[in-house]
Amino acid sequence: MNKHLLSINDLSRDEIESILTTAAKDFLELSKRDIKKVPTLRGRTVIDLFYEKSTRTSTSFELAGKRLSADVINVKAESSAVGKGESLKDTVLTLNAYNPDIIVIRHPHVGAPAFVARYTDAHVINAGDGKGGHPTQCLLDIFSLKQEYGELEGLKVAIVGDILHSRVARSNIAGFRKMGMEVTLVAPPSLLPRGVEALGADIAHGLDALADVDVVYLLRMQQERHADAGLMPSLREYIARYCVGRRHLGKGQRVLHPGPINRGVEIDAELADSPENLILQQVEAGLAVRMAIMYRIIVDAGADQAAAEGERDAAEAAEAGPEIKNIRAVG
Amino acid sequence: MSGSFSKTVVPAEQVGRTIVRIAHEILERNQDIGDLALVGILTRGAYLARRLASHMEEFAGQEVPVGELDISLYRDDVAARGSLTIRSKLTQPEVRGTNLPFNIDEKTIVLVDDVLFTGRTIRAAIDALFDYGRPSRIQLAVLVDRGHRELPIRPDFVGKNLPTSQDQRINVLLSEVDGADEIVLEAVQHE
Repeated sequence: MNKHLLSINDLSRDEIESILTTAAKDFLELSKRDIKKVPTLRGRTVIDLFYEKSTRTSTSFELAGKRLSADVINVKAESSAVGKGESLKDTVLTLNAYNPDIIVIRHPHVGAPAFVARYTDAHVINAGDGKGGHPTQCLLDIFSLKQEYGELEGLKVAIVGDILHSRVARSNIAGFRKMGMEVTLVAPPSLLPRGVEALGADIAHGLDALADVDVVYLLRMQQERHADAGLMPSLREYIARYCVGRRHLGKGQRVLHPGPINRGVEIDAELADSPENLILQQVEAGLAVRMAIMYRIIVDAGADQAAAEGERDAAEAAEAGPEIKNIRAVG
Repeated sequence: MSGSFSKTVVPAEQVGRTIVRIAHEILERNQDIGDLALVGILTRGAYLARRLASHMEEFAGQEVPVGELDISLYRDDVAARGSLTIRSKLTQPEVRGTNLPFNIDEKTIVLVDDVLFTGRTIRAAIDALFDYGRPSRIQLAVLVDRGHRELPIRPDFVGKNLPTSQDQRINVLLSEVDGADEIVLEAVQHE
């Protein structure tokens, strides 16, 4: 892994596979034990810096850090000095003075995690930046699909709903395609970002398109971001055309949703309570995957440093001239 | 100029005999086989534990539970110099993790590993075991003790004592993973 996880594009397919293997083998098992804690990040400090409301992402990062034995501090914008007018830069400089090892940032503006990375020595993990991306959600979704389907190559996924406002859609289009999956975006034209075709996904309007896919990925209708922009004639009309229920699903089709769900808007109540959705498996996966990410970001950095030091030592040794050593063979 | 040399220090038939001998020793030391369980440290310790268990069943006529332990989360060199070994394990991580299909409380656990070197792996394994329960005692069986301990840890059952220098390596090859049994000494040779 790189020093930071700012975008799903920071990871190669092999790196994704390797992180998810770590999550499956080490961290799913951990959650089923009586003692749900390992000493791996003992003494490390993780700061979760959240400028937007969040339940599952923030609890999941907090618990992931604690189960790795790190010291975890949660900073919520609404109850911090941000309310007193402190800029993001000054908040980060202040927190950086505690020498954290990882800063997890959720922010309403695209690019905030990269900005944070400029002012801290810590590893920065993007936990959602405006409409930008949500790489850890993407990884946990790929993980959930792998657990359910096994092989991802050629798997067909429809991402349905408010794609315009969705950072999850942006990360997942990229991440799913990277894993060899085929992606179709299903939404009214007004809820698709301009130029979205360039991301390599097919476009469809109307739920008929669900007949051709293996997986249905629903997005929350982000009404708080619509700001009366006139994107839909009415919510009722959207529901009539795009609310997904069990009647839209074929045999073996599974439904994912990043949460929080709006019952009766993008998902009907019956489907929300049906075992055909993998929503709670996604939450469980989220914990294991975030533990794997934090573990790997720290371990890989240590290994890179050791490799660099090793190379430097080797270069110094070469300069110093050949050294003669006797090897004692054991008989 | 540097190259490496390797030579077989223990051939296949001797590896097999050594494992049989350790199985006998474990039974001799532990009269109550009902309380006994073997836990192999992944990867090769786990294969050794299975072999020991099948020999023990053969000799004592009673099944011995076997588990596998992955200690990577308990290592003391996470993100420290020297964690390159973790890195190479992580880029191609093992698909197998810890699997203890029995309750370890009040059991005599025999930890099994292929090579005992600094003792740090065993320290990590003991810590890991205590997160799964409270065994009444823990014993240690290793195929090779190559010396250079950095912690006050000693094995209860040793296959071979092989004195080595720090920059040598001992590779235990087992037929389950490597095609054949063999213990190989490897050394980087500086010329």
